[in-house]
Amino acid sequence: MQLVAENLAVDRGERRIFEGLSFSVAAGMALVVTGPNGAGKSTLIKAIAGFLTPSAGAIRLDGLTGEARPVREHCHYLAHDNALKSQLTVDENLSFWWQFMGAPRANIEEALERVGLPGIGELPVGYLSAGQKRRVAIARLLLNERPVWLVDEPTSALDKASETRFAELVHEHLDRGGIIVAATHQALGLKDAQSLGMGTPLPNPSPQGGGAHESPTT
Amino acid sequence: MMALFARELKLATRVGAGAMTGVLFFLAVVTVVPFAVGPDLNLLARIGPAVLWIGALLASLLGLDRLFQQDREDGSLAILLMSEHPSALIVFVKCLAHWAATGLPLIVAAPIFGLFLNMEAKAIAATVATLAVGTPAITFIGAVGAAVTVTLARGGLIIAILVLPLVLPSLIFGVAASYGAVEDPAPFTQPFIMLTAVTLFLAVLGPLAAGFALKHAID
Repeated sequence: MQLVAENLAVDRGERRIFEGLSFSVAAGMALVVTGPNGAGKSTLIKAIAGFLTPSAGAIRLDGLTGEARPVREHCHYLAHDNALKSQLTVDENLSFWWQFMGAPRANIEEALERVGLPGIGELPVGYLSAGQKRRVAIARLLLNERPVWLVDEPTSALDKASETRFAELVHEHLDRGGIIVAATHQALGLKDAQSLGMGTPLPNPSPQGGGAHESPTT
Repeated sequence: MMALFARELKLATRVGAGAMTGVLFFLAVVTVVPFAVGPDLNLLARIGPAVLWIGALLASLLGLDRLFQQDREDGSLAILLMSEHPSALIVFVKCLAHWAATGLPLIVAAPIFGLFLNMEAKAIAATVATLAVGTPAITFIGAVGAAVTVTLARGGLIIAILVLPLVLPSLIFGVAASYGAVEDPAPFTQPFIMLTAVTLFLAVLGPLAAGFALKHAID
């Protein structure tokens, strides 16, 4: 399996966010997308997830057996939003996604344990802190089998211990032959990750402010 | 898909979700009319089906803006649409759940409100039947309005304005069939069949159009 982007260009409205982007990520590899705010990291993730149609180029997943399905159906997507309903309990939220997404892999208790939140299933999501919500959102990725994880600032609002735990989950996913594309400012603690530095946004070449800081990924 | 239906129902019936606002609004419309038109029982009985239909129509428009907006705000909509389920089917199931949570209570309440308007039993039965068949159409076409305005912060009024002209056929056939049941020689069957046809037509067209609009709303 291999995630390939060829000569990709994406527009949002009249504005070209990036162009001429090519990469390929093999199974068991992570691609860490870095760059200043506004460079197009989230846009790239959304293009892979199928929410934005590339103006040029293509994204495809090579080497899969079975009937051809769109790339998005092979992906888990963790965006800035947690996709959780605050009125429902943690269990209700997760069991919905577990049933809806198909291809079940882990059950809810296991997934919650893996993100360090055992025994909170009965609580409404509205009672949780931002970091706990984020961890529940990460637990969602473990519930169903999807070879490609698309994560956008996955460790925002997480404390150090949870970051480490997330890194473990990421490594485990890669060891199983998965692919991860991560847009991030934080070092995710990934070994042998491919790095894709996205430059300053087109067409306005002035660097974007807003406290962008790049962390080297090793 | 059953999971989606169950989730939507749960969300709609939890505290603060406002499933009952429609019924209360319906009640407000129906109780105000006798005060406005005066104590003429025959007149009330004659306009009864029309009043029930207008009340139910306006009440159905109330909650439509929440159909997709909350899912979009918390990021669920993106993940729903990434799945292998067709977007039209997702919209269809959400519409069914929305109708079960907001439209069905209106239909249950309609016979009681019919008594307020001095309607005879036959007219009440006919109106309830037309509402049961006709109000899903409002949800299905309303989903298109909700999908188109999902990115707008205050889409509610715009949905009402977009959707109102499109639900007029349902209103016309619904009221015509209700009158037909009690007033000879007006027919009941023909407008009722037309009403059913409008609902079935919109049950297909609405989710397809709304699904298409939603795909362009997530970016």
